[in-house]
Amino acid sequence: MPPSDAQALITFDQVVKRFGDLTVLDHLDFSVAPGERVTLIGPSGSGKTTILRLLMTLERVTEGTIMVEGEPFSHMPRGDRLVPANEAYLSARRKRIGMVFQQFNLFPNMTVRKNLTEAPVHVLKLSRAEADARAEELLELVGLSDKIDAHPTQLSGGQQQRVAIARALAMRPEILLLDEVTSALDPELVAGVLDVLRTIAETTDITMLCVTHEMGFARDVSHRVLMFDEGRIAEEGTPDEIFGDPREERTKSFLKSVLDNGH
Amino acid sequence: MEFLIDRLPLYLGGAWVTVQLTVGGIALAFVLAMFFGVLGTARSGLLRAVSTVYVEVFRGIAALVLMFWMAYALPLLTGFQLDGRFAAILAVGLNVGAYGAEVVRGAINAVPRAQTEATIALDMSWAQRMRLVILPQAWAQMLPTFGNLSIELMKATAVAFLIGVADITAVAEQMRQATGETVLAFSGALILYFLIAQVLIFGVRLLERRANRRLGRTPPGGRGLLALLRPPALTTSGGAK
Amino acid sequence: MIWDFEWTWQVMPDLMQGLAVTVQATVFGYLIALVLGLAIAMVRRVPVIGTIVHAVMEFIRTTPLLVQLVFVFALAPSTVSALTVGIVVLGVHYSAYTAEVYRSGIEGVPKGQWEAARALSLPAGRTWGAVVLPQAIRKVIPALGNYLIAMFKDTPLLLAITVTELLATARQVGSAGFRIVEAYTVVGFLFLLVSIPSAILIRRLERRYAAV
Repeated sequence: MPPSDAQALITFDQVVKRFGDLTVLDHLDFSVAPGERVTLIGPSGSGKTTILRLLMTLERVTEGTIMVEGEPFSHMPRGDRLVPANEAYLSARRKRIGMVFQQFNLFPNMTVRKNLTEAPVHVLKLSRAEADARAEELLELVGLSDKIDAHPTQLSGGQQQRVAIARALAMRPEILLLDEVTSALDPELVAGVLDVLRTIAETTDITMLCVTHEMGFARDVSHRVLMFDEGRIAEEGTPDEIFGDPREERTKSFLKSVLDNGH
Repeated sequence: MEFLIDRLPLYLGGAWVTVQLTVGGIALAFVLAMFFGVLGTARSGLLRAVSTVYVEVFRGIAALVLMFWMAYALPLLTGFQLDGRFAAILAVGLNVGAYGAEVVRGAINAVPRAQTEATIALDMSWAQRMRLVILPQAWAQMLPTFGNLSIELMKATAVAFLIGVADITAVAEQMRQATGETVLAFSGALILYFLIAQVLIFGVRLLERRANRRLGRTPPGGRGLLALLRPPALTTSGGAK
Repeated sequence: MIWDFEWTWQVMPDLMQGLAVTVQATVFGYLIALVLGLAIAMVRRVPVIGTIVHAVMEFIRTTPLLVQLVFVFALAPSTVSALTVGIVVLGVHYSAYTAEVYRSGIEGVPKGQWEAARALSLPAGRTWGAVVLPQAIRKVIPALGNYLIAMFKDTPLLLAITVTELLATARQVGSAGFRIVEAYTVVGFLFLLVSIPSAILIRRLERRYAAV
């Protein structure tokens, strides 16, 4: 897909990310359309998570640019040039992006309710009542209404992750980044979290970028699958193409190794 | 015993002064520790350097030297005579605040990086991140060392007697000179200091329990009021006076 | 108020002499704290006696060094010099701290080490001397070093019992020459001159030896 796609919500244009000598993303081009659900698969270290972290502004690009809604995101205009974006510029733009982490990262100093309402109240300037109503609604969606005054440490990993999903949604993001959200969970807790995500995929038009090893889930919810290897896209296509009839040898061997591991 | 009971009002007067010095010193040290501790985690190298200079200078100079300087040198420099009690509070507060700043900085840095990432994902500003997420979590880790530092500060206030403040030590010295009862005079003072220290230990324990409960942890030492009376563990690094 | 460099320079030898007394008190006091603290840490493992010793050390640790100094000095026979009293009280006071440091180090030695020593039928002396302490002490060297610096900064208290260490010397020459500001400021700088390099040294030690 060409990076100049006028329809694109997110565009990566020749993005390079290096950590020291290690090149994690190697002149990467791809774009995501509004409402599209894209799954990133590939061996670990292939740069999938880095893409999410760049979009969440947790990392900065080494080279290239990222555009969101046709506006520069990794960079900002100064005069007629683009310079690396500063904190104020990023802050104004990342409000529309939410992220769910592998390790949940709930705030242990807050109850579930506070976890869900602090950012809406302080960042979005919602009233307490509005934020509370939103929190209650979202907890119902993730099936944890009875846990609203519980403490994160009193919840199972799966419950914590469902709260983390609700917390991200409380900011009403247009783009939701899901970084291996089931990888840290015990096998029996995975299904509950995936069910919540399926519901969100079916009932909303949030754009989703999802890094996962859950191939069944990827097949069900995504519009498009990107197979990464060594910082580049090795193959892309619809779920049916990638899982049903992969062309690349690397994709075949990767899928085989994932299936062998019991996923 | 009668000796001490007869002179109890005098000792309590001294104890009241010591409590004032301790509370004032703790308040000052706390504010300085928080300010320079947070500054020490700033991204800007300049701000961090300011914090380092404060910490190294006021940790490096003995509280007594600082107090003599405030009480005797400062009036000559500025023509402004500090009240003895105020000089003592400044000296112990500046000194212990420098140790406290290191504790605050260490506790903030010990909060997992993932917590900061979660606040970025929720688009919190730096101030919101500190106030809502990082400091509340670091607080539980600061408290045990703060407890030890508050006892060190209380002990350090005894130097105020050397610039003529009528604290517990001054009362004891006065008693000794007036009566020659060295053992009784000083035992009374030591016991009062010991009691004030126990109150401080108890108070910090209460704060620790509350902080741990907020983080959903069982307080170390177990639940129940009795756990509060157990002797405190001394942290062995960084918590020195 | 103009800084009098000439005067400052003139009294330097006096101040250096005061600093020498300060260093002397620190070094000997610290030796006492190192040895006595270790003994206390070991005795604390003995039932009953250990508890009593611990209670006494807690009392010493939670009451001011200054009061302890003045107290013991008033009781000491006049044949004992003030400096000796100061060194002993400093040493005992700080052994309350070093004992805790040693204890944490000893507790950090894995139980398996004690069991292995028993399995080899090592006598108690060898168990402590060859197995436990070498492992325990290595880990607590930085923490012990912190208390050396702390002790150095507590030596000015000795002026309360007539020891002419650095601060007392400054007070004398400062009031004699009406140069209080110079005298106390120089003392402050001398303290920094010693404590900042030692703090840096301790940080190096901390990096080298595993922290407790």
